Amino acid sequence: MSTAVTRRSGGLGWRLALVFALAWAAMVPSGLAQPVSDPAPLQYRDAAEEARFHALTAELRCVQCQNQSLADSNAQIAHDLRREVLALMQQGRSDAQIKQFLVERYGEFVLYRPQLESRTWLLWFGPALLLVAGAGLIAWIVRRRSKALPAAGEPPQEW
Amino acid sequence: MSEPRSTRSRTPLLVAGILAFVAVVALLLYGVQRSGRADRDSLPSALIGKRAPEFDLPLLHDPSIRVHARDLRGAPYVLNVWGSWCPTCREEHPILSRFALTKRVRVIGYNWKDERADALHWLEQLGNPYLLVLADQDGRTAIDWGIAAAPETFLVDARGVVRWKHSGMLTQELIDEELIPALTQLERAPAGPQLPAAP
Repeated sequence: MSTAVTRRSGGLGWRLALVFALAWAAMVPSGLAQPVSDPAPLQYRDAAEEARFHALTAELRCVQCQNQSLADSNAQIAHDLRREVLALMQQGRSDAQIKQFLVERYGEFVLYRPQLESRTWLLWFGPALLLVAGAGLIAWIVRRRSKALPAAGEPPQEW
Repeated sequence: MSEPRSTRSRTPLLVAGILAFVAVVALLLYGVQRSGRADRDSLPSALIGKRAPEFDLPLLHDPSIRVHARDLRGAPYVLNVWGSWCPTCREEHPILSRFALTKRVRVIGYNWKDERADALHWLEQLGNPYLLVLADQDGRTAIDWGIAAAPETFLVDARGVVRWKHSGMLTQELIDEELIPALTQLERAPAGPQLPAAP
């Protein structure tokens, strides 16, 4: 019973949102547009597009709340950027082109996975470099010790 | 016999360890110091040194008049992004007004994602420091400007190239130490050293 009621009221809310969206669209030319971002949810053409959209926005960083992805953020600008990303997708732009579009405007910062170029080599390979350096250091110490031990026929050191 | 030898082998290690420790502490101190800055989360603008977007926006006070980017060329201008919903903009308002009153440069308002009536009321209540106010109600053009939050302030030169940007509230200090020197510099060399070719 209660589920039926909820479901019906949900449908009503959806219809109301549609009415508001239409009213909003009608108001735009008069210059009296509702300023807060369009409350209507994003319209995907099919499931594949939706999946692609989610994968893409998860890889983009929200420019305001910087520890969230564009997909997760509820900031106003994130709403606008999601709308823009979907619009660009529907215009037939590739993921790389959409990323380039955002990088041109907001900088490389929007990419969670920075591009591989000479400027970002340290960023990409730094950790591996540290690992190799650490392994080298350990190997050097071990070899040193093993060389020192058999030569010294003395009692073990105090430490 | 092995005593001096083992000490010798440990000395460079010890030095390296101390160096690494000092480096980590220095990094930590740098991070802590940076975290105290008010603009620690603001991103450098990707637009600096590039042409300002080719916007086409209505005036807040008379939406029948549209202003295009090229209409503003010929002299530098400061573009200040604000909204009546933005408390920091209210805080910034007197500082910006004082600067605008000096008539050093054209100060243009960019009313971002705002309700027209609220925006007009805000200006009436606090005073309008702007030469003109552009209205971007759906926020689409703001994406071209790389705007992430309000307030933000851009300095655009006479050729329409973005030269300076600040995210967050303008302070008198920032105006005196960054904005005015940047303005002086581009007035001295209007063409700029790295001007992209005109379209």
